[in-house]
Amino acid sequence: MFDKNQISILKEAVDKENAKTQEKLQKRPERKAVFTTGSGAPVNRYYTPVDIEDLDYMDDLGLPGQFPYTRGVQPNMYRGQFWTMRMYAGFATAEESNKRYKFLVEQGSSGLSVAFDLPTQIGYDSDHPLSEGEVGKVGVAIDSLADMEILFDGIPLDKVSTSMTINAPASVLLAMYIAVAEKQGVSSDKLRGTIQNDILKEYIARGTYIFPTEPSMRLITDIFAYCSKDVPQWNTISISGYHIREAGSTAAQEVGFTLADGIAYVEAAIKAGLDVDAIAPRLSFFFNAHNDLLEEVAKFRAARRLWARIMKDRFGAKDPKSMQLKFHTQTGGSTLTAQQPENNIVRVAIQTLAAVLGGTQSLHTNSKDEALALPNEDSVRVALRTQQIVAHESGVTEVVDPLAGSYYIEAKTKEIEDAAYNYIKKIDEIGGATKAIDLGYIQQEIMDASYDYQKKVESGEIIVVGMNKYQIEEEAPKGLLRVDPSVGEMQKAKLAELRAKRDNAKVSNALEALRTACQGTDNVMPLILEAVRAYATLGEICGVMREVFGEYQQTVNL
Amino acid sequence: MDIAERLLKHDKRAAARLISMVENKDPEGLKILQNLYSHSGKAYVVGITGPPGAGKSTLTDKLAKALRKEGKEIAIIAVDPTSPFTGGAILGDRVRMNDLSTDKGVFIRSMGARGHLGGISEATSAAVKILDIYGVDYIFIETVGVGQSEIDIVKNCDTTLMVMVPGLGDDIQAIKAGVMEIGDVFAVNKADRDGASRTAREIEMMLDFNKNVAWRPPVKMVVAVENQGVDQLLESIMAHKDHLMSTGGFELKRQLNAKSEVVEMIKERIEHAILDNSHNEVALEQYAKQIVSRELDPFTVVENLFDNYKSAVSIK
Amino acid sequence: MDRPIRVLVAKPGLDGHDRGAKVIARALRDAGMEVIYTGLRQTAEQIVNAAIQEDVDCVAMSILSGAHNTLLPKVVELLREEQAEDILVIGGGVIPGEDIPYLKEKGIKEIFTPGTPTQVTIDFIKANVNIK
Repeated sequence: MFDKNQISILKEAVDKENAKTQEKLQKRPERKAVFTTGSGAPVNRYYTPVDIEDLDYMDDLGLPGQFPYTRGVQPNMYRGQFWTMRMYAGFATAEESNKRYKFLVEQGSSGLSVAFDLPTQIGYDSDHPLSEGEVGKVGVAIDSLADMEILFDGIPLDKVSTSMTINAPASVLLAMYIAVAEKQGVSSDKLRGTIQNDILKEYIARGTYIFPTEPSMRLITDIFAYCSKDVPQWNTISISGYHIREAGSTAAQEVGFTLADGIAYVEAAIKAGLDVDAIAPRLSFFFNAHNDLLEEVAKFRAARRLWARIMKDRFGAKDPKSMQLKFHTQTGGSTLTAQQPENNIVRVAIQTLAAVLGGTQSLHTNSKDEALALPNEDSVRVALRTQQIVAHESGVTEVVDPLAGSYYIEAKTKEIEDAAYNYIKKIDEIGGATKAIDLGYIQQEIMDASYDYQKKVESGEIIVVGMNKYQIEEEAPKGLLRVDPSVGEMQKAKLAELRAKRDNAKVSNALEALRTACQGTDNVMPLILEAVRAYATLGEICGVMREVFGEYQQTVNL
Repeated sequence: MDIAERLLKHDKRAAARLISMVENKDPEGLKILQNLYSHSGKAYVVGITGPPGAGKSTLTDKLAKALRKEGKEIAIIAVDPTSPFTGGAILGDRVRMNDLSTDKGVFIRSMGARGHLGGISEATSAAVKILDIYGVDYIFIETVGVGQSEIDIVKNCDTTLMVMVPGLGDDIQAIKAGVMEIGDVFAVNKADRDGASRTAREIEMMLDFNKNVAWRPPVKMVVAVENQGVDQLLESIMAHKDHLMSTGGFELKRQLNAKSEVVEMIKERIEHAILDNSHNEVALEQYAKQIVSRELDPFTVVENLFDNYKSAVSIK
Repeated sequence: MDRPIRVLVAKPGLDGHDRGAKVIARALRDAGMEVIYTGLRQTAEQIVNAAIQEDVDCVAMSILSGAHNTLLPKVVELLREEQAEDILVIGGGVIPGEDIPYLKEKGIKEIFTPGTPTQVTIDFIKANVNIK
């Protein structure tokens, strides 16, 4: 991109300037001996074309909407429409959550994002002993189709797009969604939305796994196959770096490990006989947005470029849609402080800007009180308004990828791409993401980064405003959202009623048919759907699968 | 009731506390163990070792579950000899034995190395005695098998199970004959992976070198995470037990173990006594520096340390 | 007596966020303690059994699921039933300030909320364990 001659003149000038400035800096040292990004990667004093002299515009950047999609997956990005403002919400009972969804839609939210409680995420009914104290706490409790009907009551499923943060039992919740739509008279080919369905990052970082890796991968490819025919507009997986970052990884690890997981899913699908271009366009990604604005923008760009290259070169994808990395972003939960929670609004604003400048397709902004509890309505509103201010007032949405061409941004984009690629290479050498997880390699790398960060915060090398500097005496915040502790009892009562009322012979027949399918190789989706329609509970369906598949055993490397 | 009485009454807390006491070299703890020693010797002790990542904890978990089905009471001692020098350690073996932790018939104890002056095998063997008195049918000692200290830990067992995994082909060559020799039963874990049968063949070949033995260690294929082959492996362990019992090898082995235990304890005592007397680490480092700079030679240093110790003892 | 403090670091409840638990495990290790790590999804029974078998001086629990008011007091209760109330019990995680008095009343000696330096936890354990 640059003239060789000019680069060499520039190099000389830079060297000269550097020698001179270093001399000055001897007398007047800078604030720190070493400057780094939020992820601890080194940062030079300034960047010039010398730092990106090998950059080839058409190969490495391309035009917006063109391979390798560094500048974005669409030619006009937010000039067409804004990203989907999707607020992750759900708590207590289906009735309560249904009210919150209606509130969000009224407030201008353009898509729903369902948070399930932990028993639901781990495939236990609300009356399971392990569910004690957990029902309705971090999300809504769903035990059966009956709860799901209430959850989406009055919400037309052919009009909204719904994202469900559900992984190990994703097939069951998707089946419930399809069954609710049927009752609304909406056929499954009209349904739009996403299931997270990313089990690998559960093993790595998030922890709501149920089954061992192999049957889990089979469930995922069964969903891929089923949806490619019956629910064609559905995003069948949201390959998530978000939780990897939350667990303490660096930006480059977030990209590297997430794309390594992506590779594992594509390989599993190919092994199951699916065509790359049949499934890849329905893959979506999910990243974190942290405070280091420029590093984060570079990260999103690097992820897009690297994935496009992987899909084209490694998997021979032909459909451009297979090469486009589309992603949801959530602002970084772990960057929020319990101290002086108002400051979190500012952090979230910076992170929102990073996601938008990085070209996200949808965004959840965290509420200021999330280091303390689930957010209340007021703080959710501010978080949503933050997105709307960036969309309507900041001006960054009027032009596509405005930071492209910045020497620093391009150098960092390349650096993160290279670092992420090296992680992928290392994981390939180990034998793929599944094996690297089994051995605890990925977990250990993240843990090392996370411990390193923690030590730097405690030594004051990293400043977190309000937490380790500029502290004040504070009273415990009031007005936090509290989940009614009687939710557990209510769910239990509902379950008892359901079990008494439904056709139990039909339920056990459906469960036995599912068991047979699990033991064999048939696609399990239609059988799960049958069981759901018969009002078999989530715990009963997952229970059958637990019996056939066994349970995952955690690998801990400390 | 004091700890000794409670221990004889099968009290978990008493067993746990007494293990801590001997681990901490509390003289009172050693005294109790001395007094109760005649109550030990009933439990059958199985050592489980192998390279890191071989799946030893998971396999231990499955073996314990299989024995629980027969109504046997089990104790598991998970030893991690690889802790760093801070004296601190993270012991994570319980993670893979999760379901066992609510089983009243199972007692799991994790032990760390606690510094580098040895003693881990002594503490382990004391813990075995305590859990034996406490009253279990089987005691598993599970430890990573990479060096001498781990060999010391498992060599005092009645049956030693070596766990291998495919993909360590070269490592089998590298593992010294001394390590291979301590195996009474071999398991090739993760046998569903490529190269498992090759690994098994290599172990068989190694075993074939040693022809003059009454017991030819069997090599079993298992997939611990899926509980495959675990019953057959347990049968092999039991077959070794029967072999020892029927040939009189059991008595002999325990005598040998007792002998080496005494020798080990003497070694450790002398090491401690001499090094404590010479103001331990600091002095030792000083000597080491002088040896390297050739101001002193190691022979003289040892001579001096011994003399100092002897005179210190005679003054007392 | 000069011996390492033994701490059980446990994750009660169903949440899988173990970053905090792992960081604290490492920090305690680096402070010379012997840490027994349980892994995820521990019931109160599992935690108490482990605490007793391992003869720990302290049980440190990290919980982010919101089930703290149910699960943490249960651990203290079960320890009491086993006559093991001498074991120091502490907790950490996303726990609202307004719940802390209740938890302390139930016998959890201290609650460490997000942002607490690990050194504070280390010092607290050192000062409060019953070393016999």
